[in-house]
Amino acid sequence: MILKAKVYNKIFAFQSFKEVMAKANEEKSGDELVGIAAKSASERVAAKLVLSNLTLEDIYNNPVIPYEEDEVTRAIYDGLNLRIYQEIKSWTVGYLREYVLDHKTTGEDLAHISRGLTSEMIAATAKLMSTMDLVCGSKKMRVQSHCNTTLGVPGTLAFRCQPNHPTDSIEGMMASLKEGLAYGSGDAVIGINPVEDNVETVTRLLETVKNFMIKWEIPTQNCVLAHVTTQMKALEKGAPVDLVFQSIAGTQKANDAFGVSAAILDEAFALAQHKGSATGPNLMYFETGQGSEVSLDAHLGVDMMTLEARTYGYARGYRPFMTNNVSGFIGPETIYSGREVIRADLEDLFMGKLHGLPMGIAPCYTNHMKADQNDQEMGTLLCAMAGSNFFMGVPGGDDVMLSYQDTSYHDDASTREILGLRPLPEFEKWLEKMGILENGKLTERAGDPSIFDK
Amino acid sequence: MAVANNELEKVIIQSVMEELAKKGLLSQKGKDHVMSAAMMDTPIVPNTESKEMVTFPPQEEMQISNPFNADAVKAMKKLTPARIGIGRAGTRPKTMSLLRFLADHAVAQDAVFLDVSEEFLQRMNLMSVQSAAASKDEFLQRPDLGRRLSVEAVKTVSEKCEKNVQVQILIVDGLSSSAIEANIPDLLPALMQGLKSSGIKVGAPFFVKNGRVWIQDHVASIVNSDLIISLIGERPGLGTAESLSAYMIYRPNENTVEADRTVISNIHKGGIPPAEAGAHLTDVIKQILAAKASGVKLNQQK
Repeated sequence: MILKAKVYNKIFAFQSFKEVMAKANEEKSGDELVGIAAKSASERVAAKLVLSNLTLEDIYNNPVIPYEEDEVTRAIYDGLNLRIYQEIKSWTVGYLREYVLDHKTTGEDLAHISRGLTSEMIAATAKLMSTMDLVCGSKKMRVQSHCNTTLGVPGTLAFRCQPNHPTDSIEGMMASLKEGLAYGSGDAVIGINPVEDNVETVTRLLETVKNFMIKWEIPTQNCVLAHVTTQMKALEKGAPVDLVFQSIAGTQKANDAFGVSAAILDEAFALAQHKGSATGPNLMYFETGQGSEVSLDAHLGVDMMTLEARTYGYARGYRPFMTNNVSGFIGPETIYSGREVIRADLEDLFMGKLHGLPMGIAPCYTNHMKADQNDQEMGTLLCAMAGSNFFMGVPGGDDVMLSYQDTSYHDDASTREILGLRPLPEFEKWLEKMGILENGKLTERAGDPSIFDK
Repeated sequence: MAVANNELEKVIIQSVMEELAKKGLLSQKGKDHVMSAAMMDTPIVPNTESKEMVTFPPQEEMQISNPFNADAVKAMKKLTPARIGIGRAGTRPKTMSLLRFLADHAVAQDAVFLDVSEEFLQRMNLMSVQSAAASKDEFLQRPDLGRRLSVEAVKTVSEKCEKNVQVQILIVDGLSSSAIEANIPDLLPALMQGLKSSGIKVGAPFFVKNGRVWIQDHVASIVNSDLIISLIGERPGLGTAESLSAYMIYRPNENTVEADRTVISNIHKGGIPPAEAGAHLTDVIKQILAAKASGVKLNQQK
C-alpha cells in the first residue's frame, strides 16, 4: 500500500488510509473543524493521487473504524458479497472510477458490483470524481422500491409532501398538505415532522393523513418522522404506519446519540412487517447527512464523506423504501456554503445509489450558512439531472417548524417540467383525475388547495 | 441633455405619426392621443422628498387567481404561518412571493452576519469584549472558539469587572445581532430594575461579540459570580430574526453539561415581549439563587 505521492516538485507522505481519505476530500468546514482536511490544494491532489492507486483489497483490509469496535463496520462487512468482492478486489480506485463512467458499464453492472463494495471503496471512488462525473455516474443507476406504490420508475420524479406545523395543529397541517397535493407534490410520501415526540401526536397525525388518503383515493404512503421507538409504540397500538422513519449516522457512537442500534432497527422493521399498514416489501425511511457525526462529536477522526458512505452501508441491509439526504441541514460548522452543500449533495446521491439505495436529496440550507435560494435551485437541478428519485416539498420553500429552507411545491412542479419528468404512474393518474395535471403540466386549476373543500 | 433628448424624442414621434397617418394606418384621434402622451413632461430626477414607497402587500392576502373557494383558502391561511395560498406564475412563485422570501432571508442573513453596532453599545453603555473567534466566518465554522474569551478579553474582564457578585449579566450576539438590538433596550433595564429591587448584587452587564452559550462558563470562572446569565441571539428563522434566549447557570465548572442550564427562549415582540421577559427572568434568577442550582437540578428540587 503506497501512501506517498509526488505532485510536481513536492512530495507528500501520509500515515494511514484514513488520513488519505480525509485529505482527498473537496473543501468542507466540518473536516477543517476536526483538523483532518488537506492543508493545501497540492496536498489535496496528492491524497487523490495516492487514493487512485490503492486497490479495493487495500481498502477492505483497512476499514476506517475497526470491525470489532463498531456496529456500523460490522453491518458493512457482514452484508458484503465475498464472491463479487473477490472478482474485483485487484481493481484500483482509479480504475473503478473509469469503470463507473465507461459507456459499456450499465446500471445493472453497477448494481451487481455494488454488492461486493464496502462503503469506504464507494466513498474513495466519489472522492476522485468531479461534479459532472458524479452526475454521469449517478444517472446510470436507477434504484426502484415499493411500499404502496413504486418509487424510482424511469422517467419519473417524486416528492415528499412535508406539511409541518409549528404546534402540530391538525388543521394547519392539512392546509399545507392540500396546497402541496394541488401542486402535484406527495407521491413519494406524505411525511410530517412532529414537534411533540409522543404516541398521541404521532397517532393523531398518522390517522388524519391516512383517512384523507382513503377519502380522496390518493396512491401514496404516509409517515410521521418521530423517533423510531415512538413510532413503534404507535404501531403496537394500531396506528396506520406505512413507513417507519429514523435518522441514522456512520458510527455506532453517533447512532447511540440518536438513540438507535441495529437491534432497535431490526425490531422496528419486523414490527412494520407484522403490524404496518403498507404493502411493502420496502417499509423503512432513513434520513442521513454529512456532518451529523461531527456535530455529535462522534466522528472518531474520520472525514464526513466517508462516514456518510458508511451510513449507507448501515442502511442497505434494511432495504428502505427511501433514503433522504439532508447534508445542508446540519449547519455551517460542517457545511459552510452553497458550494459545499451542492458538492455534498452530489457525492451523497452517487454514494447512496452505488450502495443500491433509493436516494432522494434535500438540497437545503439554514439561515446561518453562506447559502441562498440560488444555490438551492442549482443543487436541485443538478441532483434531478443525476436522477434523484425524489425531493422534498415545503410550502414556499420555508419550513415553519424546522426553520430551514428546502425545495418548494413550486420547485417540485418546475423541476418536473424543466426535465420532462412525470409523477409516479399511479399518482399521475390521480392528479389527472383531480384535474391538477394534464400531459405532465400543471393545469389552470393547480396550486389551489380549496379544490379539496367541496 | 435630458431636455434635448426629450425634444428629439418628440420630433421623432411626431414624424412617425405623420407618416402613419399619411398611409391611412392611424386615425386623427389615435395620432392626437399619442402626441399628447409624448408631450407630457415626465420627471427626470427621482423625487426623494416624496412619501411614496414600494412595500409588500399584507401577508394574509390570498394570491391565487380564480380559486375554487376563496373563503376556504383565506381560512386555511389563518391556520398556519406556512406560505400557502400564494399562487403561481407558471410553475414559479409570483413576483411578490419571491421578493418576500428574499426579504425574509436577507433579514435573517443580516442578523447572523452583521455585527451589533458600536453606536448601540455606546447608547446602552455596554463594555464590549470579543470571543476567541476573530471574525463571523471563524465564529460560524469554529464553535469551539466562540465558547471562550480572546486573550485580550480575559485581561479586560479581569481588570474591569466586579468580582464575587451574585449575578453577572452577559449580552452575547450569538446567531442574531438583530435580536440584541431589538430586545435589549427594553429587556435589560427591566431585568436590572427587578434584580436591584430584590436586593440582588449585580455586576455591570457587558457585551461579548462572536460568542456562543458556553462562553458564560469562561466568564464565570473569572468574575466568580454565583449565577451567570447570557442574553443571546437565536438562530434566525424566516419568520423572525429577532428572537433572543436567556441561558442561566449556577456556578458552572469543568463538569457542567447542557442540562445544567436553565433556558428561556422565544423572547421577542411576537413571543415573550422583552419587558415582560425582564420580570420573568428576575423570578427565575431568584429561584436559582435560593436553590443554589440551575437546569435539571433546579427542576428536581421543585
